[in-house]
Amino acid sequence: MRRLFPHPYLSLTLVILWFLLVNQWKLGSLVMAIILATIIPLLTTTWWPNRPRVKRPFGLAAYSILVLWDVIVANFQVARIVLFMPRDRIRSAWITVPLDLQSPEAISLLAGTITMTPGTLTSDMSACGRALLVHALHAPDPDSVRNDIKTRYEARLKRIFE
Amino acid sequence: MTPALDMALDLALSAVLVGGGIFALVGSYGLMRLPRPMQRLHAPTKATTIGVGAALLVSALDLLGQGQVSWKEVLITIFLLLTAPISALFLAKTLILRGEADPDIPDSGTGKPWATLAPERHDP
Repeated sequence: MRRLFPHPYLSLTLVILWFLLVNQWKLGSLVMAIILATIIPLLTTTWWPNRPRVKRPFGLAAYSILVLWDVIVANFQVARIVLFMPRDRIRSAWITVPLDLQSPEAISLLAGTITMTPGTLTSDMSACGRALLVHALHAPDPDSVRNDIKTRYEARLKRIFE
Repeated sequence: MTPALDMALDLALSAVLVGGGIFALVGSYGLMRLPRPMQRLHAPTKATTIGVGAALLVSALDLLGQGQVSWKEVLITIFLLLTAPISALFLAKTLILRGEADPDIPDSGTGKPWATLAPERHDP
């Protein structure tokens, strides 16, 4: 079983993705989904030597809802800056975020979260992978933005992944 | 569903659609108005999240009155959320490498330089 399905989560994701793609519930679609969920992980297993570990899958769902909400709220803030703030009063800043996270999956999720929440943008990573370079559109107080990222997102991801 | 409810649903969906359109417009306007390249990068990455998000939500719930919900839009949302940060990251890295990003990039604080500016490593 383990050799046939080296990545059970990936297989499950592929089944769900296939059903979302065909957009209807039919037995034929299930057969096709299972075929794909078997073949694709087997063919790509070379690039996934380790299974990514998720300790709390439900924490991940709660995290997605939190991020979606933040995206909506912060979009209004960015729209206000773009529309009404005089150009010379926009204080853009670089922010260095030192990372406590170790797992590559968690770090890429954090980087993605920072980019999708408006006002901040992940721009680079240090060569050793222990810090992220973030650009903020308008941050009069860069330290508070860094603390927000660390407490609101990184701490949660650490609980989910590590 | 009664015609009155149907009408209310249509009105709500139209409001969401127009609202999302306004955000997409603001994103494009920001591209024009913000002065520096790094600032301009912010505007379009944000418009996709709410502008496209609103369009997808309406598209998914359009036939709710007839008891149908389309699930394809969930898939589009997932792929959008996966790919948008990556293209933004590559644009930012290009700006940094070409020296067109904002100046005074801070130190990484780890003893190693930022990956884009690090000396080239040869494949082992």
